[in-house]
Amino acid sequence: MTKPLIIASLLALLVVSGCSAIEPWVKPYERANLADPIMSPSRHGYADAYMHHVYQARESARGAEGGSGGGCGCN
Amino acid sequence: MVPKAAPEVVVAVTDWGSRWLLLAMTLLATTASAATLPVDKVDVLYHRYDGGGMVIDGPSVLVRKSAGPQLSFTGQYYVDSVSAASVDVLATASKYTEERTEYTAGVDYLYDKAILSLGYTNSSENDYEANTLYLSVNQEFFGGLTTLKMGYAQGWDEVGMTGNDGFEEDADRRNYQLGISQVLTKNSLLGLDLEAVTDEGFLQNPYRQNRYLDPADPGSFLYQPERYPQTRTSLAVAGRALYYLPYRASLRGEYRFFNDSWGIQAHTVEMAYVHPLGPRWVVEGRVRYYTQDQADFYSDLYTYENALTHLARDKELSRFSGTTLGAGVSYEWRQSGLPGVDRLQFSLLLDYLDFSYDNFRDVTAPGNYLPGEEPLYSFDAFVTRASLILEY
Repeated sequence: MTKPLIIASLLALLVVSGCSAIEPWVKPYERANLADPIMSPSRHGYADAYMHHVYQARESARGAEGGSGGGCGCN
Repeated sequence: MVPKAAPEVVVAVTDWGSRWLLLAMTLLATTASAATLPVDKVDVLYHRYDGGGMVIDGPSVLVRKSAGPQLSFTGQYYVDSVSAASVDVLATASKYTEERTEYTAGVDYLYDKAILSLGYTNSSENDYEANTLYLSVNQEFFGGLTTLKMGYAQGWDEVGMTGNDGFEEDADRRNYQLGISQVLTKNSLLGLDLEAVTDEGFLQNPYRQNRYLDPADPGSFLYQPERYPQTRTSLAVAGRALYYLPYRASLRGEYRFFNDSWGIQAHTVEMAYVHPLGPRWVVEGRVRYYTQDQADFYSDLYTYENALTHLARDKELSRFSGTTLGAGVSYEWRQSGLPGVDRLQFSLLLDYLDFSYDNFRDVTAPGNYLPGEEPLYSFDAFVTRASLILEY
């Protein structure tokens, strides 16, 4: 085996074993803070998405507003 | 729609303008959190924008109702009532009022750890009609630590012109959205979003004009129609982080880079802080800064008629920056005691926006100025939002 091939094989092995080893490192019982409404990206429902409307009408940039967009505020 | 002005008067279409917004907004509307259907609720909003000669206000009512464990339906009604006397309008036309009404219907389908969303929006005003279809998939991985979002929206717009019945143009729009959100630690979340938008067709405002030096009199200028490219492609990339502080409060930071085929680059930075006061009251504050370069073909004053292939003097295509300062207070009531109501939240949010233009001049400024020597334009605005969310 050539050297790059060996390295590639080792990397592949690492990835495969890594994948099978991945477990949620933040356990469900450790997510109280994350579940707090103050951590919600769209706490105000549609009111949050409305601000994107305001900015998009005034600015050229558009898109990638992310979860804070909320739209329907479904989060 | 309220008649705006005599037919011979050139009337600017609402600054509220660019209807691709509809695409972006409806696409955003699909960002339900994966693996759990959104809760049933009624979301009522009164919104008001007041600044730069424009007053735009109206209601929004959104209702969400599930049907069984896997389906959730949503419907929304939204109104913008516009009273416009902005600098663009006053330069070449007269004040007008108009109304835009929007209806959205959508459905979310939960399957294992994924949510499929589908929806349709119609937006209508006297001189503009926009229809948008959107679909998206949200999928959870790694025990809910990672959520991947993929969205697509397509829009079909019909552009009309008040006072010109023969005028009818189309614009088609497509949004491609990819997002990932990641739980990093038990106190922090990270998000990365990517969105590409392509437009094709009539992308300009049919009422707006640009100006050039009068060849017969260098001390004055003349107006000519805008002429935009027929296509536009843009890409936005954003990173955001949300952190739960050592005491009960949260801090959010965002950065977005934007780039498009018209030569515009923009940067947005935002920080927000949320702080509960007791079990029911929450106060919050935020600051946002935005800056952009001009479009390649933009000019406040062309040196002669048809100086470029494409011509634009829209201030949204100029070089400018904007700052927002915002504050809000909300009251949350769980187990409200009202029959059938699980949670109730009332919020009052106020934002102050300030925009300063680097190469857009105020031709309506009082005084005698040579063309190109008028004061630079700037304006500020207040945005008020009163929101009531009732979960049932």
